[in-house]
Amino acid sequence: MNFIASKQPENRLLGPESDTQRTLYPYVTGTSVVALKYKDGILMAADMGGSYGSTLRYKSVERMKPIGKHSLLGASGEISDFQEILRYLDELILYDNMWDDGNSLGPKEVHNYLTRVMYNRRNKFNPLWNSLVLGGVKNGQTYLGMVNMIGVNFEDNHVATGFGNHLARPILRQEWHENLSFEDGVKLLEKCMRVLLYRDRSAVNKLQIAKITEEGVTISQPYSLKTYWEFSAFENPAQGAIGSW
Amino acid sequence: MFRNQYDTDVTTWSPAGRLFQVEYAMEAVKQGSAAIGLRSKTHVVLGCVNKANSELSSHQKKIFKVDDHIGVAISGLTADGRVLSRYMRNECINYSFTYESPLPVGRLVVQLADKAQVCTQRSWKRPYGVGLLVAGLDESGAHLYYNCPSGNYFEYQAFAIGSRSQAAKTYLERRFENFVDSPRDDLVKDALMAIRETLQGEALKSSICTVAVVGVGEPFHILDQGTVQQMIDAFEIAGEQEVPATDPDAAAGQEAASEQGAAADEGVAPMDI
Repeated sequence: MNFIASKQPENRLLGPESDTQRTLYPYVTGTSVVALKYKDGILMAADMGGSYGSTLRYKSVERMKPIGKHSLLGASGEISDFQEILRYLDELILYDNMWDDGNSLGPKEVHNYLTRVMYNRRNKFNPLWNSLVLGGVKNGQTYLGMVNMIGVNFEDNHVATGFGNHLARPILRQEWHENLSFEDGVKLLEKCMRVLLYRDRSAVNKLQIAKITEEGVTISQPYSLKTYWEFSAFENPAQGAIGSW
Repeated sequence: MFRNQYDTDVTTWSPAGRLFQVEYAMEAVKQGSAAIGLRSKTHVVLGCVNKANSELSSHQKKIFKVDDHIGVAISGLTADGRVLSRYMRNECINYSFTYESPLPVGRLVVQLADKAQVCTQRSWKRPYGVGLLVAGLDESGAHLYYNCPSGNYFEYQAFAIGSRSQAAKTYLERRFENFVDSPRDDLVKDALMAIRETLQGEALKSSICTVAVVGVGEPFHILDQGTVQQMIDAFEIAGEQEVPATDPDAAAGQEAASEQGAAADEGVAPMDI
């Protein structure tokens, strides 16, 4: 299977700078994805924003997609690279189904496949500019992993990408426990997403929550979180520092 | 089988719709020393007869570990078997590296069969002259497959290939219904008894046979000679004659007659064993 456009010359370490085939910087990006394991499987949340630099350009970008029967993929970073990854995975699942032999790729296999793809692209100096969250359930085993554009990958009970690492994970470390119920899991995720909404400039107030269990994937309809801006600290924010910005 | 004008190339069909070179390749498997395999729900046992050429030489290796969860016993041209084992090991390790997960046996067997099929359809190649008993474990349980030079593969509860394998097959046919729930040690005992059947009265010793096991919680490994000898002694099978062994000449005569019958009738599918 070809992973790069075949126009690139073979056997080179770094091509000429006029080579426009390599990803150099991201253009349309998604912000954090947050996910956690709960009693029946995985809960994952991501907003629907696609930023074009500092402009909140696109507001209906679905950043979570089901993969095969057993997995759910959430992505932050370059949206076009996410779409490319979905095409690779589509082909992977297709070939897996074509065997027609009762075996199927589970979340662990998909996560490791993605790790190989991301790491190999990074080694060619042509990364897929994403941080991916891969969660799923197969044969009663729950799996949640993360892989990013340089190929760093790991599994954990709760993961987040981008700003989520700084704002959401501390909350999860405090409040996550085994066998969360669905309602508690959603409440916990919404708490994280609300903090991100307040503090992450590239967050938009339109999010989806997805769940994956042994039965399959459900991605909620987009909805908004209630926010409160009447905190006294928000009124007259320059009070303690007049003249500074 | 007798020579005829359609047997020079593997790419020449006979008027009866047979590829003689492929059938001759399967004859090579029948001439190799015996290999047997049997499985329960949780374990698969492989066994083979390992006779050295002379007292001075060592035995040929006929059982290969392909991965922790897959092993293979071969019969026929051992060189071809070695090369195919290397291919299987490569496929398993590549899959493991990409997916962090063991390659499902069924898929490996299909890849192997497709590889064998290629050699039946290229004028510059010859079919592999080796039959493989592939034993493996995956999500759906324990499996035993037989891959033949024609590119066909079959799944079995128990099977035997190679010379005098008919005797072992008869033994296995009598007992196979019990195998599904057999505990591991009983399975090994049945394997040893099946091997003994192929020896035609010769005493069963651990120096002339090899046994390997794979099962739930037990990665594929070849049992060491000491363990095998202990099992032989414990089950008191060395030198015992249960039933008179099948006469090998009569069996060969029957097979030749049925082949000629098939050539005349076009009825029997010659690719089936």
